[in-house]
Amino acid sequence: MLDRVLDLYNDLERHRIMLSFKGELTPELVTALLGLVERKMDLIERDQRVRKRVFNVVMECLQNLYHHNTQRAEQDLTAPRTEEAQGVVMIAQADKGYSVLTGNFMAGGDVDRLKEHLDHVNALGPDELRDLYKEKLADGRYSDSGGGGLGLIEIARKSGHKLEYGFVPFDTQSTFFSLNVNVSA
Amino acid sequence: MAVFSLEGSPKTPTVHFDDATGRLELKGRSIPENSIEFYKPLIDWIDHYARDPRPGTSLYVQLEYFNTSSSKCILDLFKKLELVRATGNEVTVLWHYEADDEDMLEAGEDYQAIINLPFKMIQIEEVDGK
Repeated sequence: MLDRVLDLYNDLERHRIMLSFKGELTPELVTALLGLVERKMDLIERDQRVRKRVFNVVMECLQNLYHHNTQRAEQDLTAPRTEEAQGVVMIAQADKGYSVLTGNFMAGGDVDRLKEHLDHVNALGPDELRDLYKEKLADGRYSDSGGGGLGLIEIARKSGHKLEYGFVPFDTQSTFFSLNVNVSA
Repeated sequence: MAVFSLEGSPKTPTVHFDDATGRLELKGRSIPENSIEFYKPLIDWIDHYARDPRPGTSLYVQLEYFNTSSSKCILDLFKKLELVRATGNEVTVLWHYEADDEDMLEAGEDYQAIINLPFKMIQIEEVDGK
């Protein structure tokens, strides 16, 4: 195990990971991680607009992870806490910008709905995304997490790229969902 | 009725709603996980204020960041103010955005498109009280 530490370090270095976290998110942890991202971005990125976009994307992604975990905990109060309830987040420098990678386990039965939403968002250009955002904002409905389904639309608007995603079935109940959001510098 | 005041935090905005002057301020960051809970007392205050508002009400929005869960709540604030305006009072939203922050300007325009209130877009150097 000990020699793996250097391997892990080298891996993180090679992929230019600025920050990585795996575990269960609390509001305090989200605040702390956002603070770290902000400080790092202040040091390495001159363009304020890019700094803000990365911050916005990281914020929405972390809160997606947080709400997902919370919901799971509420539904499953008696179930023992397992690793499935955890999320992973990584922020990496890319050739021309930044990547925000997140992963979490989700109920297999929700995959189709999420995939449909992602494909819909990916099929839209910037103006259409803006229209969809306004439409969802104005509909007066709140989702369980309060955002009313605006999160991924906003992430796509701030990213300016297609959302890259994957679903890997884990067991009969759950699927691992991974999302990569690119933000150009 | 009294002044409603909250100090800002890393995730919640500074709030100063003054019923004597009709000046309502929302400044800083609005990125809490529990936006509905945070905004409930603000919306309740405006509900109460709407019963006996000043002839002129100004909502100063000066946000550096807000999350999507806040965006619905901010819309609800605007909707309450639409009611104040509908009863013949003047209501203005002063939407501030930092120079170079076109995204925040766009966010203001998005609200402007769906809310029946006059908006003034005001460019500033930096959001107060970061």
